Amino acid sequence: MLSSVLLEASLTYGVAALGAGVAALAAGIGIGRIGGSALESIARQPEAVNDIRSSMILAAALVEGAAFFAMVIGLLVVLIK
Amino acid sequence: MANKINIFKQFLVLVSIFAFNTVWAYEPIDKDPNQSEVHEEATAEKHEAGHEEAGKFNAGKTIIEHVADAHDWHLWGHTSIPLPVILKTDKGFDFFLSSKFEHGHASYQGNYNYRLHEGNIVVYDDLTGTVDEEATAKITDFSITKNVAAMLLSMFLMLWMFIKVAKMATKNRGKAPSGLQSWIEPLVVFVRDDVAKPSIGEKRYEKFMPFLLTVFFFIWINNLLGLIPIFPGGANLTGSISVALVLAAFTLVITFVVANKHYWQHVFAMPGVPIPVLIILTPIEILGLFLRPFVLMIRLFANITAGHIIALAFFSLIFIFGEMHAGLGFGVSILSLVFTVFMGALELLVAFLQAYVFTLLSAIYFGAAVDEGHDVHNHVDDHHH
Repeated sequence: MLSSVLLEASLTYGVAALGAGVAALAAGIGIGRIGGSALESIARQPEAVNDIRSSMILAAALVEGAAFFAMVIGLLVVLIK
Repeated sequence: MANKINIFKQFLVLVSIFAFNTVWAYEPIDKDPNQSEVHEEATAEKHEAGHEEAGKFNAGKTIIEHVADAHDWHLWGHTSIPLPVILKTDKGFDFFLSSKFEHGHASYQGNYNYRLHEGNIVVYDDLTGTVDEEATAKITDFSITKNVAAMLLSMFLMLWMFIKVAKMATKNRGKAPSGLQSWIEPLVVFVRDDVAKPSIGEKRYEKFMPFLLTVFFFIWINNLLGLIPIFPGGANLTGSISVALVLAAFTLVITFVVANKHYWQHVFAMPGVPIPVLIILTPIEILGLFLRPFVLMIRLFANITAGHIIALAFFSLIFIFGEMHAGLGFGVSILSLVFTVFMGALELLVAFLQAYVFTLLSAIYFGAAVDEGHDVHNHVDDHHH
């Protein structure tokens, strides 16, 4: 009885952890692309560095917001269970 | 917030019950099962209330305890500052200090018999040792908790700081800034020139400056105070979802109040879009109105809470390894310290970045709301999501 409860709980935790991992992966790819493109554009137009930097931070923050959504949902899966 | 904390509390109970289940699973089986269950619950409760139980170190519980709000402000060891408890009951208000609870070891007799149970104030029956759920549902907790106290403290700090700087700025008009002013003024100029002007436009930015500056400095200063592990800091204020909710609600309300005809037209009936597409687009746009402040809230809450959890997780590692072997604990502590210093430095950046991002996004939403849509020089793209 106890073992089946534990198994079920660990399965939920495992899936939640997997979800958090996938969200981190996707956000990592997204932010990596943003950073990479920003570097390329700065190399092409070094005088536009300030504009590019603020746009980069903004875009990264938006991607991050989506990742945090996933993180919070992962947390809720664990907590509400 | 209350929900959130309740969820954390439930999680906490779950974790501790699991921990005790595993411990009790190795007990001899010739016991009366019912009796062992009662004992188990009692032990779990004792552990919850006191944390002096010489049990295993529970990292999850410790971390959640430090991240969540509390009824006292922990200083060191078993010393903490008691905070006032304000309870609204059907028989009137109750005022007393949280030290009456002796960290959950004692009850306080007001209109009801109160006790601190898993961080929440509940109506408690001392004879049977159970929580009276029905009576608990009727009391409303308006206590000055750790987060409220931290917010009041930072409010006075900010008032002192900005009144002083404002006086200095008037005195030093036309001259170079001095003292505290030289620290604050560049930031004020930064918010004006790099956040407000490009996002809202040269013509209309001025009326949004008070809000943008307030929200920027409130988030930033409270983030920094949260990074200080000892008394005046240490509260997870900006990482509390209710505080983030209120800040995001301000942005939502201001956007709705200042929004002009063009903004609403773009929301409800995007010009130049055929009607079949509008049927899909309009609900998305309406959802977007509320989704944007919602994401603002989640971003601030999750970022700051994650920062606190990381620092606590590194310190928990020391105790987890220390339980295996004392020497291992000492060895890991060096590594932990190095990582914590590194993450601390990163958190200093995050503290500023989150304040900046919150202010910038708020400014962009205001800019979209007041955008006239004709002036090419003043145009702000209003389709950010």
